[in-house]
Amino acid sequence: MNGSRRERLLGYTLLVVGALLALYPFASIVVLALTPKGERSGGVSLPSSITLANFATAWTRGGFGQALWSSLVVAVAVVVGASLVSLLAAYAFTTMRFPAKSLLLAVLLVGLIMPYEGIIVPLYYLLDGMGLLNTYWALILPQIATSVSLGVLWMRTAFAAVPPSLAEAASIDGANRWSTLWRVYLPISLPAIGTLGTLLFLYTWNEFLMALVLVPQNPAVQTAPLALSFFAGSTRNFDPAVTAAAAVTVALPIVAVYVVLQRRFISGITAGAVKE
Amino acid sequence: MRIREPAGPTRRRRYDWGAYLYLVPAFAFYVVFLLRPVVESVWIAFFDWDGISASTWVGNANFADVLGSQQIWQAAGHSMVFIVFYALVPTVLALVFIGVIARIRVRGLAFFRAALFVPYILSTVVVAIAWRWIFAESGPLNTALRSIGLGGLARTWLGDFDTALPSVGVIGTWVMFGLAFVLFVSGLQAIPAELFEAARIDGAGPFREFFAVTLPALRGEIQVALVLMITAALRNFDIVWNTTSGGPGTSTTVPSYFIYREAFVTHHVGRASAIAVALTVLIIAVVATVMRLTREPGGGAR
Repeated sequence: MNGSRRERLLGYTLLVVGALLALYPFASIVVLALTPKGERSGGVSLPSSITLANFATAWTRGGFGQALWSSLVVAVAVVVGASLVSLLAAYAFTTMRFPAKSLLLAVLLVGLIMPYEGIIVPLYYLLDGMGLLNTYWALILPQIATSVSLGVLWMRTAFAAVPPSLAEAASIDGANRWSTLWRVYLPISLPAIGTLGTLLFLYTWNEFLMALVLVPQNPAVQTAPLALSFFAGSTRNFDPAVTAAAAVTVALPIVAVYVVLQRRFISGITAGAVKE
Repeated sequence: MRIREPAGPTRRRRYDWGAYLYLVPAFAFYVVFLLRPVVESVWIAFFDWDGISASTWVGNANFADVLGSQQIWQAAGHSMVFIVFYALVPTVLALVFIGVIARIRVRGLAFFRAALFVPYILSTVVVAIAWRWIFAESGPLNTALRSIGLGGLARTWLGDFDTALPSVGVIGTWVMFGLAFVLFVSGLQAIPAELFEAARIDGAGPFREFFAVTLPALRGEIQVALVLMITAALRNFDIVWNTTSGGPGTSTTVPSYFIYREAFVTHHVGRASAIAVALTVLIIAVVATVMRLTREPGGGAR
Protein backbone atom coordinates (compact mmCIF):
# COMPACT_ATOMS: atom_id res chain seq x y z
CA MET A 1 0.00 0.00 0.00
CA ASN A 2 2.01 2.95 -1.17
CA GLY A 3 -0.76 5.47 -1.64
CA SER A 4 -1.36 7.56 -4.73
CA ARG A 5 1.18 10.05 -6.02
CA ARG A 6 -0.88 12.95 -4.78
CA GLU A 7 -1.05 11.44 -1.32
CA ARG A 8 2.68 10.88 -1.25
CA LEU A 9 3.35 14.43 -2.39
CA LEU A 10 1.01 15.82 0.27
CA GLY A 11 2.51 13.60 2.98
CA TYR A 12 6.12 14.54 2.27
CA THR A 13 5.23 18.21 1.87
CA LEU A 14 3.61 18.25 5.31
CA LEU A 15 6.52 16.42 6.92
CA VAL A 16 9.20 18.60 5.32
CA VAL A 17 7.40 21.85 6.14
CA GLY A 18 6.73 20.59 9.66
CA ALA A 19 10.36 19.61 10.19
CA LEU A 20 11.58 22.99 8.89
CA LEU A 21 9.21 24.83 11.23
CA ALA A 22 10.29 22.63 14.14
CA LEU A 23 13.99 23.19 13.51
CA TYR A 24 13.94 26.81 12.33
CA PRO A 25 13.74 28.67 15.68
CA PHE A 26 16.73 26.89 17.18
CA ALA A 27 18.65 27.07 13.89
CA SER A 28 17.93 30.80 13.71
CA ILE A 29 19.52 31.49 17.11
CA VAL A 30 22.51 29.32 16.16
CA VAL A 31 22.99 31.46 13.04
CA LEU A 32 22.41 34.67 15.00
CA ALA A 33 24.98 33.60 17.59
CA LEU A 34 27.56 32.90 14.88
CA THR A 35 26.96 36.16 13.01
CA PRO A 36 29.62 38.87 13.38
CA LYS A 37 28.50 42.33 14.49
CA GLY A 38 27.40 44.43 11.53
CA GLU A 39 26.29 41.45 9.46
CA ARG A 40 22.81 41.09 10.95
CA SER A 41 20.28 40.25 8.31
CA GLY A 42 17.12 39.71 10.32
CA GLY A 43 17.44 35.97 10.19
CA VAL A 44 16.42 35.27 6.60
CA SER A 45 19.87 34.89 5.03
CA LEU A 46 23.18 33.40 6.11
CA PRO A 47 26.14 35.59 7.10
CA SER A 48 29.19 35.59 4.81
CA SER A 49 31.57 34.90 7.69
CA ILE A 50 31.10 33.43 11.16
CA THR A 51 32.50 34.29 14.57
CA LEU A 52 32.71 32.68 17.98
CA ALA A 53 33.07 36.04 19.71
CA ASN A 54 29.46 36.04 20.90
CA PHE A 55 29.98 32.68 22.58
CA ALA A 56 33.12 33.92 24.28
CA THR A 57 31.31 37.01 25.57
CA ALA A 58 28.33 35.01 26.81
CA TRP A 59 30.57 32.39 28.44
CA THR A 60 32.61 34.89 30.46
CA ARG A 61 29.81 37.31 31.30
CA GLY A 62 27.19 34.71 32.16
CA GLY A 63 29.28 32.18 34.09
CA PHE A 64 27.85 29.32 32.06
CA GLY A 65 30.72 26.97 32.85
CA GLN A 66 29.61 26.94 36.47
CA ALA A 67 25.92 26.77 35.52
CA LEU A 68 26.38 23.77 33.22
CA TRP A 69 28.38 22.03 35.94
CA SER A 70 25.59 22.69 38.47
CA SER A 71 23.00 21.31 36.06
CA LEU A 72 25.08 18.19 35.62
CA VAL A 73 25.56 17.70 39.38
CA VAL A 74 21.84 18.12 40.08
CA ALA A 75 20.68 15.99 37.15
CA VAL A 76 23.08 13.12 37.88
CA ALA A 77 22.21 13.15 41.60
CA VAL A 78 18.48 13.10 40.84
CA VAL A 79 18.80 10.36 38.22
CA VAL A 80 20.91 8.13 40.47
CA GLY A 81 18.93 8.83 43.64
CA ALA A 82 15.49 8.52 42.07
CA SER A 83 16.37 5.39 40.08
CA LEU A 84 17.79 3.70 43.16
CA VAL A 85 14.87 4.35 45.53
CA SER A 86 12.38 3.64 42.72
CA LEU A 87 13.80 0.26 41.86
CA LEU A 88 13.85 -0.80 45.52
CA ALA A 89 10.20 0.18 45.94
CA ALA A 90 9.20 -1.32 42.60
CA TYR A 91 10.86 -4.60 43.59
CA ALA A 92 8.65 -4.74 46.68
CA PHE A 93 5.54 -3.83 44.69
CA THR A 94 6.24 -6.52 42.09
CA THR A 95 7.46 -9.45 44.15
CA MET A 96 6.14 -9.11 47.71
CA ARG A 97 2.82 -9.24 49.54
CA PHE A 98 2.21 -6.64 52.21
CA PRO A 99 -0.72 -4.76 53.76
CA ALA A 100 -1.98 -1.57 52.07
CA LYS A 101 -0.14 -2.40 48.83
CA SER A 102 -2.74 -1.00 46.46
CA LEU A 103 -3.37 1.99 48.72
CA LEU A 104 0.33 2.89 48.67
CA LEU A 105 0.42 2.51 44.91
CA ALA A 106 -2.58 4.81 44.58
CA VAL A 107 -0.89 7.36 46.82
CA LEU A 108 2.10 7.31 44.47
CA LEU A 109 -0.18 8.08 41.52
CA VAL A 110 -0.96 11.49 43.06
CA GLY A 111 2.58 12.52 42.22
CA LEU A 112 2.00 12.00 38.51
CA ILE A 113 -0.52 14.80 38.18
CA MET A 114 0.53 17.09 41.05
CA PRO A 115 1.77 20.34 39.51
CA TYR A 116 4.94 21.80 41.05
CA GLU A 117 3.00 25.03 41.50
CA GLY A 118 0.92 23.19 44.11
CA ILE A 119 3.90 22.40 46.35
CA ILE A 120 6.46 25.09 45.64
CA VAL A 121 5.43 27.54 48.38
CA PRO A 122 5.62 25.10 51.35
CA LEU A 123 8.71 23.53 49.79
CA TYR A 124 10.47 26.89 49.99
CA TYR A 125 9.73 27.25 53.70
CA LEU A 126 10.54 23.60 54.42
CA LEU A 127 13.99 23.89 52.81
CA ASP A 128 14.50 27.28 54.42
CA GLY A 129 13.87 25.68 57.81
CA MET A 130 16.38 22.94 57.00
CA GLY A 131 18.94 25.60 56.04
CA LEU A 132 19.15 24.11 52.53
CA LEU A 133 17.93 27.01 50.40
CA ASN A 134 20.50 28.06 47.80
CA THR A 135 22.32 24.71 47.98
CA TYR A 136 22.36 21.75 45.59
CA TRP A 137 20.22 19.85 48.09
CA ALA A 138 17.34 22.28 47.54
CA LEU A 139 17.15 21.09 43.93
CA ILE A 140 18.11 17.45 44.42
CA LEU A 141 15.86 16.32 47.29
CA PRO A 142 12.51 17.66 45.97
CA GLN A 143 13.18 16.46 42.44
CA ILE A 144 13.91 12.95 43.68
CA ALA A 145 10.52 13.13 45.39
CA THR A 146 8.74 14.32 42.24
CA SER A 147 10.46 11.60 40.16
CA VAL A 148 9.51 8.71 42.44
CA SER A 149 5.98 8.25 41.02
CA LEU A 150 7.13 7.83 37.45
CA GLY A 151 10.18 5.84 38.60
CA VAL A 152 8.25 3.25 40.62
CA LEU A 153 5.54 2.72 38.00
CA TRP A 154 8.18 2.45 35.29
CA MET A 155 10.34 -0.06 37.14
CA ARG A 156 7.29 -2.01 38.27
CA THR A 157 6.39 -2.62 34.62
CA ALA A 158 9.98 -3.63 33.84
CA PHE A 159 10.20 -6.01 36.81
CA ALA A 160 6.81 -7.55 36.04
CA ALA A 161 8.25 -8.65 32.69
CA VAL A 162 11.02 -10.65 34.39
CA PRO A 163 10.11 -14.36 34.14
CA PRO A 164 9.45 -15.73 37.66
CA SER A 165 11.34 -18.90 36.69
CA LEU A 166 14.57 -16.89 36.70
CA ALA A 167 13.98 -15.70 40.25
CA GLU A 168 13.08 -19.23 41.33
CA ALA A 169 16.26 -20.58 39.78
CA ALA A 170 18.26 -18.00 41.69
CA SER A 171 16.59 -18.88 44.98
CA ILE A 172 17.31 -22.57 44.40
CA ASP A 173 20.93 -21.54 43.91
CA GLY A 174 20.74 -20.04 47.40
CA ALA A 175 20.32 -16.40 46.48
CA ASN A 176 18.27 -14.44 49.01
CA ARG A 177 15.77 -11.75 48.09
CA TRP A 178 18.30 -8.93 48.22
CA SER A 179 20.83 -10.60 45.93
CA THR A 180 18.06 -11.78 43.58
CA LEU A 181 17.23 -8.12 42.99
CA TRP A 182 20.80 -7.24 42.06
CA ARG A 183 21.74 -10.46 40.26
CA VAL A 184 18.52 -11.28 38.41
CA TYR A 185 16.11 -8.35 38.22
CA LEU A 186 18.57 -5.52 37.75
CA PRO A 187 20.68 -6.89 34.87
CA ILE A 188 17.59 -7.86 32.85
CA SER A 189 16.02 -4.44 33.40
CA LEU A 190 19.03 -2.33 32.45
CA PRO A 191 17.47 -1.05 29.19
CA ALA A 192 14.37 0.11 31.10
CA ILE A 193 16.54 1.76 33.74
CA GLY A 194 18.51 3.46 30.96
CA THR A 195 15.37 4.90 29.42
CA LEU A 196 14.06 6.03 32.80
CA GLY A 197 17.39 7.68 33.52
CA THR A 198 17.32 9.48 30.17
CA LEU A 199 13.83 10.84 30.85
CA LEU A 200 14.62 11.98 34.38
CA PHE A 201 17.85 13.57 33.16
CA LEU A 202 15.94 15.58 30.54
CA TYR A 203 13.23 16.73 32.97
CA THR A 204 15.75 17.66 35.68
CA TRP A 205 18.12 19.42 33.31
CA ASN A 206 15.30 21.60 31.97
CA GLU A 207 13.48 22.33 35.26
CA PHE A 208 13.08 26.06 35.70
CA LEU A 209 10.51 26.96 38.38
CA MET A 210 12.17 24.96 41.18
CA ALA A 211 15.53 26.55 40.44
CA LEU A 212 14.01 30.03 40.30
CA VAL A 213 12.35 29.60 43.69
CA LEU A 214 14.81 27.42 45.58
CA VAL A 215 18.29 28.70 44.60
CA PRO A 216 17.72 32.34 43.60
CA GLN A 217 20.63 33.84 45.51
CA ASN A 218 23.59 31.57 44.96
CA PRO A 219 25.13 31.73 41.45
CA ALA A 220 27.43 28.84 42.42
CA VAL A 221 24.54 26.34 42.41
CA GLN A 222 22.23 27.89 39.82
CA THR A 223 21.40 25.53 36.98
CA ALA A 224 21.87 26.42 33.32
CA PRO A 225 18.24 27.37 32.51
CA LEU A 226 18.07 29.71 35.53
CA ALA A 227 21.43 31.31 34.74
CA LEU A 228 20.27 31.75 31.16
CA SER A 229 17.01 33.34 32.27
CA PHE A 230 18.84 35.83 34.51
CA PHE A 231 21.39 36.52 31.78
CA ALA A 232 18.75 37.07 29.10
CA GLY A 233 16.74 39.25 31.45
CA SER A 234 19.63 41.49 32.33
CA THR A 235 20.83 41.83 28.75
CA ARG A 236 17.41 42.20 27.18
CA ASN A 237 18.33 45.61 25.83
CA PHE A 238 21.84 44.68 24.79
CA ASP A 239 23.11 42.38 22.10
CA PRO A 240 20.63 39.69 20.98
CA ALA A 241 23.49 37.73 19.38
CA VAL A 242 25.18 37.28 22.78
CA THR A 243 21.88 36.17 24.33
CA ALA A 244 21.46 33.73 21.44
CA ALA A 245 24.96 32.38 22.03
CA ALA A 246 24.12 31.85 25.70
CA ALA A 247 20.91 29.98 24.78
CA VAL A 248 22.74 27.77 22.30
CA THR A 249 25.40 27.01 24.92
CA VAL A 250 22.75 25.92 27.41
CA ALA A 251 20.86 23.85 24.84
CA LEU A 252 23.90 22.16 23.31
CA PRO A 253 24.46 19.37 25.88
CA ILE A 254 20.83 18.25 25.67
CA VAL A 255 20.78 18.51 21.88
CA ALA A 256 23.98 16.46 21.68
CA VAL A 257 22.58 13.77 23.96
CA TYR A 258 19.34 13.84 21.98
CA VAL A 259 21.10 13.29 18.65
CA VAL A 260 22.73 10.16 20.08
CA LEU A 261 19.81 8.84 22.12
CA GLN A 262 16.75 10.15 20.25
CA ARG A 263 15.11 6.75 19.96
CA ARG A 264 15.41 6.27 23.70
CA PHE A 265 13.99 9.74 24.38
CA ILE A 266 11.01 9.23 22.10
CA SER A 267 10.21 5.66 23.11
CA GLY A 268 10.60 6.68 26.74
CA ILE A 269 8.25 9.61 26.48
CA THR A 270 5.61 7.71 24.53
CA ALA A 271 5.75 4.67 26.82
CA GLY A 272 5.99 6.80 29.96
CA ALA A 273 3.11 8.99 28.88
CA VAL A 274 0.83 6.14 27.90
CA LYS A 275 1.55 4.55 31.25
CA GLU A 276 0.48 7.68 33.04
CA MET B 1 -4.74 -33.71 49.90
CA ARG B 2 -7.08 -32.29 52.50
CA ILE B 3 -4.15 -31.67 54.77
CA ARG B 4 -2.08 -29.82 52.18
CA GLU B 5 -4.84 -27.69 50.77
CA PRO B 6 -5.20 -25.18 53.60
CA ALA B 7 -1.44 -24.97 53.99
CA GLY B 8 -0.81 -23.69 50.45
CA PRO B 9 -3.08 -20.66 50.38
CA THR B 10 -2.22 -19.75 53.98
CA ARG B 11 1.44 -19.69 53.16
CA ARG B 12 0.84 -17.58 50.10
CA ARG B 13 -1.45 -15.20 51.95
CA ARG B 14 1.15 -14.53 54.64
CA TYR B 15 2.37 -10.96 54.62
CA ASP B 16 5.92 -10.04 53.93
CA TRP B 17 6.70 -7.32 56.44
CA GLY B 18 10.24 -6.96 55.13
CA ALA B 19 8.73 -5.34 52.04
CA TYR B 20 8.41 -2.06 53.90
CA LEU B 21 12.19 -1.84 54.19
CA TYR B 22 12.32 -1.62 50.40
CA LEU B 23 9.62 1.05 50.36
CA VAL B 24 11.02 3.31 53.06
CA PRO B 25 13.59 5.25 50.98
CA ALA B 26 11.18 6.11 48.15
CA PHE B 27 8.31 7.00 50.48
CA ALA B 28 10.57 9.04 52.75
CA PHE B 29 11.37 11.40 49.85
CA TYR B 30 7.80 11.30 48.59
CA VAL B 31 6.17 12.09 51.93
CA VAL B 32 8.58 14.78 53.08
CA PHE B 33 9.02 16.67 49.82
CA LEU B 34 5.73 16.06 48.02
CA LEU B 35 2.79 14.89 50.15
CA ARG B 36 3.56 17.08 53.14
CA PRO B 37 3.90 20.24 50.98
CA VAL B 38 0.58 19.39 49.30
CA VAL B 39 -1.17 19.28 52.66
CA GLU B 40 0.67 22.37 53.90
CA SER B 41 -0.36 24.31 50.81
CA VAL B 42 -3.98 23.81 51.78
CA TRP B 43 -3.25 24.67 55.43
CA ILE B 44 -1.30 27.87 54.65
CA ALA B 45 -4.13 29.03 52.40
CA PHE B 46 -6.25 29.61 55.51
CA PHE B 47 -3.77 32.09 57.03
CA ASP B 48 -2.70 35.63 56.49
CA TRP B 49 1.09 35.29 56.44
CA ASP B 50 3.95 37.38 55.11
CA GLY B 51 6.41 34.49 55.36
CA ILE B 52 8.28 35.97 58.33
CA SER B 53 6.13 37.17 61.21
CA ALA B 54 3.40 35.20 62.99
CA SER B 55 0.51 34.09 60.80
CA THR B 56 -3.16 34.82 61.49
CA TRP B 57 -6.02 32.40 60.81
CA VAL B 58 -8.39 34.05 58.36
CA GLY B 59 -10.67 31.15 57.48
CA ASN B 60 -11.60 31.10 53.81
CA ALA B 61 -10.87 34.81 53.29
CA ASN B 62 -7.95 34.07 50.94
CA PHE B 63 -10.13 31.84 48.78
CA ALA B 64 -12.92 34.43 48.73
CA ASP B 65 -10.36 37.03 47.85
CA VAL B 66 -8.90 34.97 45.01
CA LEU B 67 -12.26 33.95 43.60
CA GLY B 68 -13.41 37.56 43.73
CA SER B 69 -10.28 38.92 42.09
CA GLN B 70 -10.67 40.20 38.58
CA GLN B 71 -6.92 39.78 38.01
CA ILE B 72 -7.16 36.06 38.74
CA TRP B 73 -10.18 35.56 36.52
CA GLN B 74 -8.40 37.39 33.73
CA ALA B 75 -5.38 35.11 34.20
CA ALA B 76 -7.66 32.05 34.20
CA GLY B 77 -9.15 33.34 30.95
CA HIS B 78 -5.66 33.49 29.45
CA SER B 79 -5.15 29.88 30.55
CA MET B 80 -8.26 28.90 28.62
CA VAL B 81 -6.81 30.59 25.52
CA PHE B 82 -3.60 28.66 26.12
CA ILE B 83 -5.56 25.39 26.24
CA VAL B 84 -6.59 26.11 22.64
CA PHE B 85 -3.01 26.85 21.56
CA TYR B 86 -1.22 24.25 23.71
CA ALA B 87 -3.64 21.36 23.37
CA LEU B 88 -6.41 21.66 20.79
CA VAL B 89 -4.41 23.12 17.89
CA PRO B 90 -1.46 20.67 18.24
CA THR B 91 -3.87 17.73 18.53
CA VAL B 92 -5.80 18.68 15.40
CA LEU B 93 -2.64 19.46 13.42
CA ALA B 94 -0.98 16.21 14.46
CA LEU B 95 -4.13 14.28 13.51
CA VAL B 96 -4.07 15.88 10.05
CA PHE B 97 -0.44 14.75 9.66
CA ILE B 98 -1.34 11.26 10.85
CA GLY B 99 -4.36 11.04 8.56
CA VAL B 100 -2.14 11.78 5.58
CA ILE B 101 0.86 9.62 6.45
CA ALA B 102 -1.38 6.67 7.36
CA ARG B 103 -2.08 6.39 3.62
CA ILE B 104 1.54 6.20 2.50
CA ARG B 105 4.74 4.43 3.41
CA VAL B 106 7.01 7.19 4.66
CA ARG B 107 10.71 6.80 4.07
CA GLY B 108 12.78 8.43 6.80
CA LEU B 109 9.89 8.54 9.26
CA ALA B 110 12.38 8.15 12.12
CA PHE B 111 14.16 11.28 10.96
CA PHE B 112 10.98 13.34 10.66
CA ARG B 113 9.79 12.12 14.04
CA ALA B 114 13.08 13.08 15.66
CA ALA B 115 13.10 16.51 13.98
CA LEU B 116 9.50 17.31 14.90
CA PHE B 117 10.18 16.34 18.50
CA VAL B 118 13.14 18.71 18.95
CA PRO B 119 11.05 21.61 20.36
CA TYR B 120 9.85 19.41 23.23
CA ILE B 121 13.34 18.52 24.49
CA LEU B 122 14.68 22.07 24.56
CA SER B 123 14.70 23.96 27.85
CA THR B 124 11.72 26.31 28.02
CA VAL B 125 14.13 29.19 28.64
CA VAL B 126 15.97 28.40 25.39
CA VAL B 127 12.61 28.17 23.60
CA ALA B 128 11.60 31.55 25.01
CA ILE B 129 14.83 33.20 23.86
CA ALA B 130 14.58 31.73 20.36
CA TRP B 131 11.02 33.00 19.97
CA ARG B 132 11.84 36.39 21.47
CA TRP B 133 14.28 36.73 18.57
CA ILE B 134 11.77 35.52 16.00
CA PHE B 135 9.12 37.95 17.24
CA ALA B 136 11.56 40.83 17.78
CA GLU B 137 11.22 44.19 16.05
CA SER B 138 14.08 43.39 13.64
CA GLY B 139 13.69 39.62 13.90
CA PRO B 140 12.98 37.02 11.22
CA LEU B 141 9.17 37.30 11.25
CA ASN B 142 9.08 41.05 10.65
CA THR B 143 11.95 40.83 8.16
CA ALA B 144 10.05 38.20 6.22
CA LEU B 145 6.84 40.24 6.30
CA ARG B 146 8.64 43.34 5.05
CA SER B 147 10.37 41.43 2.28
CA ILE B 148 7.04 40.27 0.86
CA GLY B 149 5.50 43.71 1.09
CA LEU B 150 3.48 43.11 4.24
CA GLY B 151 5.62 45.45 6.34
CA GLY B 152 2.41 47.08 7.59
CA LEU B 153 1.78 43.98 9.70
CA ALA B 154 5.22 44.12 11.31
CA ARG B 155 5.23 44.87 15.03
CA THR B 156 6.89 43.82 18.29
CA TRP B 157 4.67 40.78 18.56
CA LEU B 158 5.30 40.02 22.23
CA GLY B 159 5.06 43.65 23.26
CA ASP B 160 1.74 44.45 21.58
CA PHE B 161 -1.50 44.27 23.58
CA ASP B 162 -3.32 42.66 20.66
CA THR B 163 -0.75 40.04 19.70
CA ALA B 164 1.16 39.13 22.88
CA LEU B 165 -1.28 36.44 24.06
CA PRO B 166 -1.65 34.60 20.73
CA SER B 167 2.11 34.94 20.14
CA VAL B 168 2.87 33.16 23.42
CA GLY B 169 0.21 30.65 22.41
CA VAL B 170 1.97 29.97 19.10
CA ILE B 171 5.13 29.13 21.04
CA GLY B 172 3.10 26.56 22.98
CA THR B 173 1.70 25.08 19.78
CA TRP B 174 5.24 24.79 18.43
CA VAL B 175 6.45 22.97 21.56
CA MET B 176 3.48 20.63 21.94
CA PHE B 177 2.99 19.60 18.31
CA GLY B 178 6.01 17.27 18.47
CA LEU B 179 4.68 15.55 21.58
CA ALA B 180 1.28 14.94 19.99
CA PHE B 181 2.92 13.75 16.78
CA VAL B 182 5.25 11.16 18.36
CA LEU B 183 2.43 9.84 20.56
CA PHE B 184 0.09 9.46 17.57
CA VAL B 185 2.80 7.88 15.39
CA SER B 186 3.41 5.23 18.03
CA GLY B 187 -0.33 4.63 18.17
CA LEU B 188 -0.56 4.48 14.38
CA GLN B 189 2.22 1.90 14.21
CA ALA B 190 0.25 -0.30 16.60
CA ILE B 191 -2.80 -0.43 14.28
CA PRO B 192 -2.90 -3.81 12.48
CA ALA B 193 -2.38 -3.38 8.72
CA GLU B 194 -5.41 -5.63 8.09
CA LEU B 195 -7.71 -2.91 9.43
CA PHE B 196 -6.54 -0.50 6.74
CA GLU B 197 -6.69 -3.18 4.07
CA ALA B 198 -10.22 -4.12 5.06
CA ALA B 199 -11.28 -0.47 4.89
CA ARG B 200 -9.75 -0.11 1.44
CA ILE B 201 -11.36 -3.29 0.17
CA ASP B 202 -14.66 -1.83 1.38
CA GLY B 203 -13.86 1.15 -0.82
CA ALA B 204 -13.37 3.65 2.00
CA GLY B 205 -11.80 6.93 0.88
CA PRO B 206 -9.16 8.80 2.86
CA PHE B 207 -11.72 10.54 5.07
CA ARG B 208 -13.84 7.47 5.84
CA GLU B 209 -10.64 5.55 6.54
CA PHE B 210 -9.44 8.25 8.94
CA PHE B 211 -12.71 8.47 10.87
CA ALA B 212 -13.49 4.74 10.81
CA VAL B 213 -10.04 3.25 11.46
CA THR B 214 -7.31 5.69 12.48
CA LEU B 215 -9.15 8.01 14.83
CA PRO B 216 -10.83 5.32 16.97
CA ALA B 217 -7.57 3.40 17.22
CA LEU B 218 -5.77 6.46 18.55
CA ARG B 219 -8.24 7.10 21.37
CA GLY B 220 -5.74 6.19 24.11
CA GLU B 221 -2.96 8.34 22.65
CA ILE B 222 -5.30 11.29 22.12
CA GLN B 223 -6.41 11.04 25.72
CA VAL B 224 -2.84 10.98 27.01
CA ALA B 225 -1.76 13.83 24.73
CA LEU B 226 -4.71 16.00 25.79
CA VAL B 227 -4.06 15.38 29.49
CA LEU B 228 -0.35 16.25 29.17
CA MET B 229 -0.90 19.29 26.97
CA ILE B 230 -3.84 20.74 28.88
CA THR B 231 -1.91 20.33 32.13
CA ALA B 232 1.04 22.13 30.54
CA ALA B 233 -1.27 24.93 29.35
CA LEU B 234 -2.78 25.43 32.80
CA ARG B 235 0.59 25.30 34.55
CA ASN B 236 2.29 27.53 31.98
CA PHE B 237 4.83 29.58 33.86
CA ASP B 238 8.28 29.22 32.24
CA ILE B 239 7.39 30.49 28.78
CA VAL B 240 5.31 33.41 30.02
CA TRP B 241 7.93 34.37 32.59
CA ASN B 242 10.74 34.31 30.04
CA THR B 243 8.94 36.03 27.17
CA THR B 244 6.47 38.63 28.42
CA SER B 245 6.51 38.33 32.25
CA GLY B 246 2.75 38.71 32.04
CA GLY B 247 2.82 41.89 29.99
CA PRO B 248 2.31 44.14 28.26
CA GLY B 249 0.11 45.40 31.09
CA THR B 250 -1.66 42.28 32.28
CA SER B 251 -2.36 40.88 28.83
CA THR B 252 -0.50 37.56 29.30
CA THR B 253 -0.77 36.90 33.05
CA VAL B 254 -1.43 33.31 34.16
CA PRO B 255 -2.33 31.85 37.58
CA SER B 256 1.14 30.42 38.26
CA TYR B 257 2.60 33.86 37.60
CA PHE B 258 0.52 35.18 40.49
CA ILE B 259 1.50 32.23 42.71
CA TYR B 260 5.14 33.16 42.23
CA ARG B 261 4.59 36.88 42.61
CA GLU B 262 2.36 36.72 45.67
CA ALA B 263 4.59 34.20 47.44
CA PHE B 264 8.06 35.51 46.67
CA VAL B 265 7.72 39.14 45.62
CA THR B 266 4.78 40.71 47.49
CA HIS B 267 4.87 38.13 50.34
CA HIS B 268 1.17 37.32 50.56
CA VAL B 269 1.97 33.69 51.20
CA GLY B 270 -1.56 32.68 52.23
CA ARG B 271 -3.02 34.20 49.11
CA ALA B 272 -0.36 32.51 46.94
CA SER B 273 -1.28 29.16 48.50
CA ALA B 274 -4.96 29.77 47.88
CA ILE B 275 -4.22 30.36 44.18
CA ALA B 276 -2.03 27.24 44.13
CA VAL B 277 -4.78 25.13 45.69
CA ALA B 278 -7.39 26.50 43.29
CA LEU B 279 -5.09 25.83 40.31
CA THR B 280 -4.37 22.28 41.48
CA VAL B 281 -8.07 21.57 41.93
CA LEU B 282 -8.77 23.01 38.48
CA ILE B 283 -6.06 20.85 36.89
CA ILE B 284 -7.35 17.69 38.57
CA ALA B 285 -10.92 18.53 37.54
CA VAL B 286 -9.93 19.14 33.93
CA VAL B 287 -7.84 15.96 33.79
CA ALA B 288 -10.77 13.98 35.21
CA THR B 289 -13.13 15.56 32.66
CA VAL B 290 -10.83 14.76 29.74
CA MET B 291 -10.46 11.17 30.93
CA ARG B 292 -14.23 10.90 31.15
CA LEU B 293 -14.94 12.47 27.77
CA THR B 294 -12.37 10.38 25.92
CA ARG B 295 -12.94 7.04 27.58
CA GLU B 296 -14.01 3.97 25.68
CA PRO B 297 -17.72 4.05 24.87
CA GLY B 298 -19.59 1.56 27.05
CA GLY B 299 -17.52 2.03 30.22
CA GLY B 300 -14.01 0.62 30.46
CA ALA B 301 -12.22 3.81 31.53
CA ARG B 302 -8.53 3.35 31.06
